[in-house]
Amino acid sequence: MSSETKQILTTDGIPLEVSLKKAEKKNKIKAFLLVAPLLLFLVITYVFPIGEMFSRSIDDKMITNMLPKTFKEMENWDGQELPPEEVFAAFYYDFKALVEKQEHGKLGQRLNKEKNGFNSITKKLFRQVKRKKIDESISIKEQVMKVHKRWRNVEYWQAIKRTAPPYTMSKYLKGMDMYYAADGSITQVDEDRRIHRILWLRTLEIAFFVTLFCFLMGYPIAHLLATLPMKYSNLLMICVLLPFWTSLLVRTASWMILLQQQGVVNDFFVMIGLVADDNRPEMMYNKVGTYVAMTQILLPFMVLPLYSVMKTISPSLMRAGKSLGGTPFVAFWKVYFPLTIPGIGAGCLLVFILAIGYYITPALVGGASGTLISNQIAFHMKQTLDWSFASAMGLMLLSGVLVIYWIYNKLVGVDNIKLG
Amino acid sequence: MALPSYTETRYRIWHYIYIAICTFVFFFLIAPLFVIFPLSFNAEEFLVFSEGMKNLDPDAFSLRWYKDMIYGTKNPWGLAAKNSFIIAIFATIGSIILGTLAALGLSSRHMPYKGIIMATLISPMIVPLIISGVAIFFFMAKVGLAATHTGIVLAHIILGTPFVVITVTATLSGFDHSVTRAAASLGSNPVNTFMKITLPLILPGVISGGLFAFVTSFDEVVVVLFLAGLENTTIPIQMWTGLREQLSPTILAVATCLIILSTLILISAELLRRRSERLRGINR
Repeated sequence: MSSETKQILTTDGIPLEVSLKKAEKKNKIKAFLLVAPLLLFLVITYVFPIGEMFSRSIDDKMITNMLPKTFKEMENWDGQELPPEEVFAAFYYDFKALVEKQEHGKLGQRLNKEKNGFNSITKKLFRQVKRKKIDESISIKEQVMKVHKRWRNVEYWQAIKRTAPPYTMSKYLKGMDMYYAADGSITQVDEDRRIHRILWLRTLEIAFFVTLFCFLMGYPIAHLLATLPMKYSNLLMICVLLPFWTSLLVRTASWMILLQQQGVVNDFFVMIGLVADDNRPEMMYNKVGTYVAMTQILLPFMVLPLYSVMKTISPSLMRAGKSLGGTPFVAFWKVYFPLTIPGIGAGCLLVFILAIGYYITPALVGGASGTLISNQIAFHMKQTLDWSFASAMGLMLLSGVLVIYWIYNKLVGVDNIKLG
Repeated sequence: MALPSYTETRYRIWHYIYIAICTFVFFFLIAPLFVIFPLSFNAEEFLVFSEGMKNLDPDAFSLRWYKDMIYGTKNPWGLAAKNSFIIAIFATIGSIILGTLAALGLSSRHMPYKGIIMATLISPMIVPLIISGVAIFFFMAKVGLAATHTGIVLAHIILGTPFVVITVTATLSGFDHSVTRAAASLGSNPVNTFMKITLPLILPGVISGGLFAFVTSFDEVVVVLFLAGLENTTIPIQMWTGLREQLSPTILAVATCLIILSTLILISAELLRRRSERLRGINR
């Protein structure tokens, strides 16, 4: 600021600059207060719980809290040979406390996940402890080792030591079909058991092809809608908007009716002689069903952004291109198409984001080969109740979506999303 | 789209191919909705067109599935419809209030951190529903609102506000702020200015945002699947269970009713959009 501007004073003698800043600040606070209720509501009920999913996904405090003394003693153990008497004793006292709280079963199950065989040897130890067969005045190590030969195996003690940290990335590794091997290195599961990687790839593949199909089908009709006279295009717009406003389940139900083996589409194929009546193809409960239904359901999200961009392109540009000697194809490719790229970007990103997290339609028409990663998350939430694994998978999916959302925000801007 | 008379044959052919492709796509978009109508009047229990229906035999058609929907024994649809409407109405009101306030703040040029805040407010629309469902379920379970109407209403407010924020911000982008300054200079307080000047002008945007929020709530199934107990069943939940288990034509009767409802909503949304454009046209 130069000294001249500083000298300008308001009527009450305060420099204009100060007064202006004060007013600006007041306006800022006012604007922020309007946003605050929604922001606060979303942070508490939505953003924060998503963060909580993260802590749930890496949480491994259960054993850490169950065996506090053991892990303290294990700090002094090198982990190469059988642990010393102190570790055995600490483990025995921790275990005894768990038996009193009747939580030893949980410990056995959890340790069994780390290394097979723990379940039976903790049960054996439990029986000895319950009958008070272990004499606390002599070496506990000797007595525990006598309970079962596996207690003499150093690998089992190494497994216990591995569960010491309160946090683990193992759920994320499981989501990518990997696990921590006995020596702590990251290993891939056997090739025939890599189910999650197949799901991730299939989700990407289906999202990609659905986006492609939506683009190929959406571009021509968006062009038609944008170039037709208003009175016709308004009528045709209903064809786009009515499915857009109709319940997702209704649209999925209609595809289930159309695609079933005795359904209208198969009837039609038989009628025109494409397939034999006794050899009707299965079009539902597989990938075909997922592709067809998802393309129709997501098509409006492609058409609407394309349409709003195409609407702004003046028809005289194409005429100019043609009059300068371009064939219609050249004029289209060199003039019209580049102008529609913002719309293509917006539509494709939106459809891709929506497709990658789709749940309802694949679950109903997808069958086993058409389900996506969302279905796996729901499966673990509702069936296996492995919520930390569901959280880990959800966050892996979310991070992918957020990257695309960020690109979308950079290219299109979230405030430019158009509805209807 | 009439072709000029000098068009070469190959471009003429290309033009007809283009029209054919467009016709196919429009058919692909709209036709699936229309298989539901006739089948919902099916006299038989199967979800296929019977011979009688193909021959337009009047005996092949009946209203039995509509009767079953309304009067059927142990019928869940009545309770589901009641729940759906209650939840959707409260969720819409909540979304409109929170969303409109936020949009007013966001449209102010003084708003700090506009980009990041806007991105956060829109995020429930972008984040896959299954993730929203898991997160909201964890929250509601912790505060003891799982399997309650309140919990579902709050969840649907989360999912509905982005639509209100987007539509109202869009309406406000063409809003002439000098009219509110004029009102203030004539001695009106901010609340009065909002009620008398701003609100009537942005009302089309608010209502169309509200329609989106209503439809979102009314059609939402993923989050409700996590949250709802037996008492809170909604129409989408009943349809979901129906489509997975006993695929009965009653579902098609319900679906037909839903299509009629969405047609009504589409018409009102279109009328509102045109009114909004007209209002903003006057302002410009």
